Amino acid sequence: MIAIIKYNAGNTKSVQNALTRLGYKSIITDDHDAIKNADKVIFPGVGSASSAMKYMKKHQLDLLIPSLIQPVLGICLGLQLMCKSSEEGNTTCLGIFDTTVKKFPADDLVPQMGWNSFVRLSGSLFKGINVHDDVYYVHSYYAELCVDTVAVCNYTVPFSSAIRRDNFYATQFHPEKSAGIGEHILKNFLAL
Amino acid sequence: MLKKRIIPCLDIQNGRTVKGVNFVDIIDAGDPIELAKRYVKEGADELVFLDITATIEKRKTLVALVERVAAQINIPFTVGGGINSIEDVGAIIRAGADKVSLNSSVVQNPELITQIAEQYGSQCIVVAIDTKLIDGVWTVVIHGGRTPTPLKTLDWAERVAELGAGEILLTSMNNDGTKNGFALEITDQVSSLINIPVIASGGAGIPKHFKTIFTESKASAALAASIFHFGELSIPELKQYLKDHKIAIRCN
Repeated sequence: MIAIIKYNAGNTKSVQNALTRLGYKSIITDDHDAIKNADKVIFPGVGSASSAMKYMKKHQLDLLIPSLIQPVLGICLGLQLMCKSSEEGNTTCLGIFDTTVKKFPADDLVPQMGWNSFVRLSGSLFKGINVHDDVYYVHSYYAELCVDTVAVCNYTVPFSSAIRRDNFYATQFHPEKSAGIGEHILKNFLAL
Repeated sequence: MLKKRIIPCLDIQNGRTVKGVNFVDIIDAGDPIELAKRYVKEGADELVFLDITATIEKRKTLVALVERVAAQINIPFTVGGGINSIEDVGAIIRAGADKVSLNSSVVQNPELITQIAEQYGSQCIVVAIDTKLIDGVWTVVIHGGRTPTPLKTLDWAERVAELGAGEILLTSMNNDGTKNGFALEITDQVSSLINIPVIASGGAGIPKHFKTIFTESKASAALAASIFHFGELSIPELKQYLKDHKIAIRCN
């Protein structure tokens, strides 16, 4: 069973739909035992960092998530919340990844919305994926490059397209909305 | 590099896909789910579903259709038509749409843009602007192009960006259905003025029209309906043409 963490952010249903298409059963839940007992955990999100962290604190998900030992995949806002802090509402985040989240400078289109590729891919998440493959991004904030960055996207600035530390994986792009390439990356995560 | 997006638009009426020349003389062009899946397979970058009769008939968008689309489609999609309130937006987003598109309702109630942006994020709100050249001025029109407003298109575009729109879908009523090309002048002006993405719409007929709009304006995406529906132009053929002409385009 895959647990999709339920919080006050959009797109949990999109992630569940993607898992269903791949033949995986999942539940959308904020129940601690259900999350702890899941084979894999997905931490999705579209929304704002500060209101998401408030909800997570209220439900003590801020304590639970960093303590998980099974593979965890953060997506979009999920990735950003797994960093130390975010400029969005000056929010202190979970601190799983040793990097911070900043807003894109206003000298190009913000949000970055659409298909972009990545470089410097490494690790099991990107097995079978090529640097010219495009994935779907929608975001106004980005995680700075860090020692745990496993894919780099170049927009107005280079940023962490994906990060991995121990059992924690995260992508800034939306694999659940990235057609066949996204499905391939999700399958790689589900096969861990 | 961020790619230029090709977006087929599926105009929906009674759960079926339709498209008419200048929004009149509607012809049935198939089942939306089957058509959507075909477009995804062919390489569409996003999809837009517009209930084109919804504003006039005050009908709510088909939530059940959105759920079916969300279950089967693995690229982002936008839903528009008859969305008048924050409750409508919530229902469409919960059904699985990535974005909602609003048109007449935000002309009448601009604060709705900010409400949606605050609750669901700017990324999910597309403001559709229908524009028409009236006495030499690009003017905002509503109700499927039937009602002119006092708003100048450039002023309105700037305003909706300030209010929190994440994207603008700009349709020229002078060009829509003509297959003579996109409205270059106004698309260039709007996309140069604001720093949110602009989707060019109305008038696509041949691959060169897409090349022109991407090289001579800052449009992030181009939308078309009938040329795709009736097989006059296939998405792989269009994308290959754009790639050959050095336009950044997704080919995986």
